[in-house]
Amino acid sequence: MISSILFLLLFIGGSFWFTKNALKVRFNVLLGRHVDRSDNKSERWKTMLLVAFGQKKMFTRPLPAILHFCLYAAFVITQIELIEIIVDGVSGNHRFFYYSLGSFYTFMISFIEVLSVLSFIATLIFLSRRNLIKVPRLVKSELNGWPKLDANFILIAELVLITFIFMMNGADEVLYSRGLSHVSEVTGSFGFAISQAVGPLFFGNINSETLMTIERIGWWGHIVMVLGFLNYLPYSKHFHIVLAFPTTWYSNLEKKGRFTNIPEVTAEVNKMLDPTLDPFATNGDEAPPSRFGAKDVTDLTWKNLLDAYSCTECGRCTSSCPANQTGKLLSPRKIMMDTRDRLVEVGDGIRSQGKEFNDGKSLLGNYISEEEIWACTSCNACVQECPINIDPLSIIVDLRRYLVMEESKMPTELTGMMTNIENNGAPWQFSPADRGNWINE
Amino acid sequence: MDSNLKVLTMSEALSKGEQVDILFWVGCSGSFDDRAKKITKAVAKILHKCNVKFAVLGAEESCTGDPAKRAGNEFTFQMQALMNIQVLNGYEVKKIVTACPHCFNTLKNEYPELGGNYEVIHHTQLIQELINQGKLGLEGSQTYKGKKITFHDPCYLGRANDIYEAPRQLIEKLDAELIEMKRCKTNGLCCGAGGAQMFKESEKGTKEINVERTEDALETTAHVIATGCPFCNTMMTDGVKNFNKEHDVQVLDIAELIANAADL
Repeated sequence: MISSILFLLLFIGGSFWFTKNALKVRFNVLLGRHVDRSDNKSERWKTMLLVAFGQKKMFTRPLPAILHFCLYAAFVITQIELIEIIVDGVSGNHRFFYYSLGSFYTFMISFIEVLSVLSFIATLIFLSRRNLIKVPRLVKSELNGWPKLDANFILIAELVLITFIFMMNGADEVLYSRGLSHVSEVTGSFGFAISQAVGPLFFGNINSETLMTIERIGWWGHIVMVLGFLNYLPYSKHFHIVLAFPTTWYSNLEKKGRFTNIPEVTAEVNKMLDPTLDPFATNGDEAPPSRFGAKDVTDLTWKNLLDAYSCTECGRCTSSCPANQTGKLLSPRKIMMDTRDRLVEVGDGIRSQGKEFNDGKSLLGNYISEEEIWACTSCNACVQECPINIDPLSIIVDLRRYLVMEESKMPTELTGMMTNIENNGAPWQFSPADRGNWINE
Repeated sequence: MDSNLKVLTMSEALSKGEQVDILFWVGCSGSFDDRAKKITKAVAKILHKCNVKFAVLGAEESCTGDPAKRAGNEFTFQMQALMNIQVLNGYEVKKIVTACPHCFNTLKNEYPELGGNYEVIHHTQLIQELINQGKLGLEGSQTYKGKKITFHDPCYLGRANDIYEAPRQLIEKLDAELIEMKRCKTNGLCCGAGGAQMFKESEKGTKEINVERTEDALETTAHVIATGCPFCNTMMTDGVKNFNKEHDVQVLDIAELIANAADL
């Protein structure tokens, strides 16, 4: 009875706190500019199924893809076991579905156990890739400090979680063999694929009273880890396990080469090209001019901001970036990380000080430097590489737009190039009259 | 140049009452850069050989605005776009071919929303079509037979527009041996010119991007580095010179390869 109450308090508290933080993230994402991504729903479902659910793009690099798939499959399938844990926790039962599901129960738990072992191995390999082998993209400078700690913390938490599962199942197995399990008075075996061997191996010589404690520690440890993990997500890069799905659903379905045309600019340019228009005429209901491009996170679209929360900092974008490979400052992953960090700061500020929040800082300048964004070749390698279709390029372009159109700041050669286009219709100083010269040369 | 080659401008064609099926958008590089002009000529020769009724805009052509847009200057881009659209719509242009993936991408993807709706194809797609229709025969051509050719994917043709096969199929038509670089197609490495980088010095780093890419190409031991973009051509040519390999390795556009093989 007391344990049921304790469980309910823990479960409701954990769910409440997570919802509260998830809503904060939603609030922050919706601080972004409007962009319509609700068209072509069938294509969007297809993209989400293939890219997020099917992990299609992960498999361009097979080894991490297979390791990641073990963790992913274990995560998805273990959710089924969580149903029983909740039912048991609330009702005070033990293995509620054991008798009603029969051999299917044994199969499911065995399946989860096998996946858990694979995940355990995968997690150890992941830890060594980060800390021993030091795979280049996993030890770049933008990961120093919190991001590195965050990544290792998640991996260690996964090891602990899996250990709890085997404490629970392994101890229960030995208790069953002694006729002391909660599910049965007689002696026997659960027949779970891994714990029927692991249980006797680790716990065979331990007295039954201690075993009961170990089993309970495993059970409580498991649910506490799950709730703890859930509540850690909104603070962590690991939120991708949830946000990868909406992020891929709202993917940009256009050709990657297509950049947006700013509609406010079209209106202005049309006025300039219309000889019949009175330049001083105003119809009085024009919206106040918005900022061209992006200086801060609130100038970006909500999809850019969702991307930032969904990024799990794997660094495939950065490892494929031609600028980064040749030693330039630009790292597409850092663009996403900076966007997220700044968004958290702005979101907290707006919640505490209201819409007028201004700390004198901005994404461009305080987080991302001009040197970084001018190194981009717009080659789309980062967009192509991202396993969940995140688009760092559109952020880079919006930052450039702000610099050029609002502050007229750009490398001097580019000023010349643009002046040439405006004066003689080519990026170099040639006369339009000479365009056909090649015909007779 | 071949005196039989006649290239009309749209205004000449209009005044002579000649029908034009396709506009050849030459682009700034193809008009003014001496190296790129050779690519332009190769395309014109192929079109002429295949009796394609084409014309150019000549002095009425202007930059698509691509470099301004990639550099963040939406005003200059849209000024160019809207002026070009007025000219193109004035001539009732339906179909455009271009040898520059940057012009191709801009005309195809960014002009429609501004009122410019045309069927836009890259020259490698058109040439492939012409060969498939039997209008251009390369049978028995010895020019590149057995030569090793590698293809550098221009970002604005490949990743930006998912066109990977047309240029490769043309290389196979040459009876040449197509050798892929370790990074190719979706995984291809940029030449370093895109996003307006062509017009500025690169940021401080440890290496130039075109040198990194040229290493990929030279590793294949190919005799020819083929491209489908005048800017990639410049970058790869410079890269090859950087390794003092310009006497061993040629950098050629697909159109030049086809024109050479067809003895045009």
